[in-house]
Amino acid sequence: MPVDYRRQLIRLIEQHAHSEVMGALPEGTWITRAPGFKRKLALIAKVQDEVGHGQLLYNAAETLGKRREAMINDLLSGKSKYSNVFNYPAETWADVTVIGFLIDAAAIVNQVANAKGSYGPYCRALDRICYEESFHLKQGHDAFIELATGTNMQRQMLQEALNRWWQPIMHFFGPPDKTSVHGEKLMQWKVKMASNDDMRNQFPDAYVPKIWELGMTLPDAALQKNEAGRWQYTDPDWNLFFKVINGEGPCNAERMKVRKWAEESGRWVRTALMSHTAADMLPVA
Amino acid sequence: MMNNDSLDPRVNRLHLSDAAAPVIVNDGENWNIYEVFHQEKRGAHHEHVGCVHAPSPQLALVFAKEQFGRRKKCVNIWVVRSADIPAFEVEDEDMFANNADKTYRDASGFKVMEKINKYKAQQRGEK
Ligand SMILES: [Fe+2]
Ligand SMILES: [Fe+2]
Repeated sequence: MPVDYRRQLIRLIEQHAHSEVMGALPEGTWITRAPGFKRKLALIAKVQDEVGHGQLLYNAAETLGKRREAMINDLLSGKSKYSNVFNYPAETWADVTVIGFLIDAAAIVNQVANAKGSYGPYCRALDRICYEESFHLKQGHDAFIELATGTNMQRQMLQEALNRWWQPIMHFFGPPDKTSVHGEKLMQWKVKMASNDDMRNQFPDAYVPKIWELGMTLPDAALQKNEAGRWQYTDPDWNLFFKVINGEGPCNAERMKVRKWAEESGRWVRTALMSHTAADMLPVA
Repeated sequence: MMNNDSLDPRVNRLHLSDAAAPVIVNDGENWNIYEVFHQEKRGAHHEHVGCVHAPSPQLALVFAKEQFGRRKKCVNIWVVRSADIPAFEVEDEDMFANNADKTYRDASGFKVMEKINKYKAQQRGEK
């Protein structure tokens, strides 16, 4: 396996794994506050899935030779990144419904495409993930519809959440193709199966009508489909995107604080169970 | 004192400090890797589905059930430590290549119709 192919795969899969785990933090805090028992149960199940996705992806990365401990250390030291979208706060329950519906939808666009890529262990992990994501999307859509068809106050709450999340969602697919550092090579190697801009265009095709049909709006007056079938939109603020990547988003610091705390306070369990004679190695792949 | 710095109650209640003391996970702290094989229905093969990290075979089974057995149909799970699986090297794939000379091992290596047709033609000729 070519060295650079391996290195890029590790970088990408590891970032994806970190994103699943960090993404559970903003949603996890809403479990106790979710309205009603059924929503709480669904959210618990979803958050468990996301952490499970992290496990599947860490495993896929491990087959390439990087140990789990090294990946976690790189996350905690800030050396490796996770998706920017999880560095924003979920202010109200409406934010949680927008995340469950639209952020998961965006993740599905990305994961369905990459599941047809060239590295088997990553594709197999993505297949399993996509199967579970369909439930995430459906429960998010259901919660979204409930607010959109509810009282004026609920609709207003939802509209405000949509306004907050639209830009982070447009950011989600990564920088424009013309500025993306690794994009072209990753596409050539079939590690990434769709370019950032193509995914950013595919997303509104499937989901913007589902938002508009409920009478909700999106905070971009330029958003529309042209005759050629491509979506036109105002470019999101890419300077902000890079600021958040480099640690200056509204929640970067507290997400890392909580993640480090979890690692520290779980350590006694891990070490108590550790078997010092057991051989350690990598998965068979 | 109420502390409402964050929407995350953990940040508020635990008074997590800003002091960025590095947290380092030691090698081996995430235990061993076990390969997981699940069985979809009784009588079917156990199929490899992925891995879990666990400190013992018993806990590997518990984690495997949680990770791979909680959604799709599953009636049984095997786990085995990755370190205990002998495997050929990926680079040695060529040793599995089929030998074209050994047609005597394949059904296609036996041309019966040719012989039958030849026999039948002969019979017709004798009449
Ligand atoms: Fe996920
Ligand atoms: Fe999800």
